[in-house]
Amino acid sequence: MIAHAIFFYTFSIIAVVSAIMVTASKNTVHSVFFLILDFISISCLFIMIGAEFLGMIMLIVYVGAVAVLFLFVVMMLNVAQQKNQWFAAKDSSKHIPIGLVISTLIFVEIIIVIGGWKYKPDLFDVNNSLSQTSVSNTHSLGQVLYTDYIHVFQISGMILLVAMVGAIVLTFRQRSGVKRQSYIRQISRERNEGVEVLEVQSNKGVKIDD
Amino acid sequence: MEYLNIVFDEVYKILFLLVPVLVSVAMIVWLDRRIWAFVQKRQGPNVVGPFGLLQSLADALKYIFKEMIIPSSSNKVIFILAPIVTMTLALIAWAVIPFSATQVLADINVGILYLFAVSSLGVYGIIMGGWASNSKYPFLGAIRSAAQMVSYEVSIGVIIINVLLCVGSLNLNDIVIAQQNVWFVIPLFPMFVIFFISALAETNRPPFDLPEAEAELVAGYQTEYSGMMYAMFWLGEYANILLMCAMGAILFLGGWLSPIELYPFTLIPGPIWFIFKILLLFFLFALVKAIVPRYRYDQLMRLGWKVFLPFSLIWVVLTASYLFYFNLLPVN
Repeated sequence: MIAHAIFFYTFSIIAVVSAIMVTASKNTVHSVFFLILDFISISCLFIMIGAEFLGMIMLIVYVGAVAVLFLFVVMMLNVAQQKNQWFAAKDSSKHIPIGLVISTLIFVEIIIVIGGWKYKPDLFDVNNSLSQTSVSNTHSLGQVLYTDYIHVFQISGMILLVAMVGAIVLTFRQRSGVKRQSYIRQISRERNEGVEVLEVQSNKGVKIDD
Repeated sequence: MEYLNIVFDEVYKILFLLVPVLVSVAMIVWLDRRIWAFVQKRQGPNVVGPFGLLQSLADALKYIFKEMIIPSSSNKVIFILAPIVTMTLALIAWAVIPFSATQVLADINVGILYLFAVSSLGVYGIIMGGWASNSKYPFLGAIRSAAQMVSYEVSIGVIIINVLLCVGSLNLNDIVIAQQNVWFVIPLFPMFVIFFISALAETNRPPFDLPEAEAELVAGYQTEYSGMMYAMFWLGEYANILLMCAMGAILFLGGWLSPIELYPFTLIPGPIWFIFKILLLFFLFALVKAIVPRYRYDQLMRLGWKVFLPFSLIWVVLTASYLFYFNLLPVN
């Protein structure tokens, strides 16, 4: 149990500190690296409570894909120029009310969730789903996800698809004058299309159309 | 005292796994260079030790005694962290690889997901190294490799789903045991081919070695690295290649199973078969390096997104419907 506690507190301290560092560090790229550290320690916490599937999916989706794209975008920014700008900028106070509203909302949500879990334990049917030790984590998750919650699951998938298509449509523009290659045409070229044998007359040369 | 014993026991087991892995990485570098040379009618490294076997050792010594240069304008912490991340990630993945039914360091339920997660984290070492160098060529290399590895991960993920449909478990030992009747390379042969090519791209091997294309980017993300840090990138890269070969052997070639369950074959223990299969796949990796020219970047992306991804998705539908129609879905 002591080892368990040591690991739990190590990971949670890392998670909290790196979450603070995401907002506090002045270099944007460092922020993303702290975000990645946060994701990793949270997935470790998931594994510690026995939700190994969630932990791994967290690693694969968030760290392996989403954060890479984050980093990709942030690295393109001119970091030296961006340093300290957020704190120095005069109009940064404009964002404070919106930020306050959103953070209060999230705080209230967390309070509701934790309060419900603490004072109304029968709200969550814990015994029914994930805490069964005989069935593996992945199995029990699949059994719930593809039976009771199939519609919610499908709808969330559709929302993501719509968001993706929307983003592509918004940024897509047809450019003219771009040379495109057709692989089929390149491969299926024959000799008699590409090569022409001409009789070259002396002192006259040949006219090649180009 | 009891805790201490457990810790010592685990440390002993980990060392017993990692030291052979590191030694075989050194050997595999030599093998790679030898095969590459033989295809091109050269000799390759053949001076140090018998057949040049100790060449990698000599190289390592050379790297250790060279100066580590840290560029003054680089981001020093991340610059030093990058090769460490690459190396660590390449080594921790070996924890779940089963060498036989019992010889596995951590027999976890979600073994294949763990492997996939660790191999998808591998891109960070490269991005960190490329960005922290604060130089143009490494940065270009890092961006290329980030895009390349993310896109080929997708198709590897879909291929893994194909295999998992036939197995019904995420545990690596279960995946091996499910191949007792027939290795998955036979029913899922197209997936094996795509997995092999995606593994080449995922480990930045030729013909997909654009992140370090020497003709365009000097050495890509490792341009600014020198001495032991460069060697760590190198070791991590080859450990990753070995890992991909092991993954291919487990998913498609039956892991530690012997090819025929008959008397003379079953005498040879599982780990030997497993290592033999890894070496076979690595031989293919090395051959490809020698005989295939480098891809252009847009062709690489086209291959990943427009060919491999739709094809493997269609194959998922086919596999699922076949298993469903003939009532072969693994249920436990």
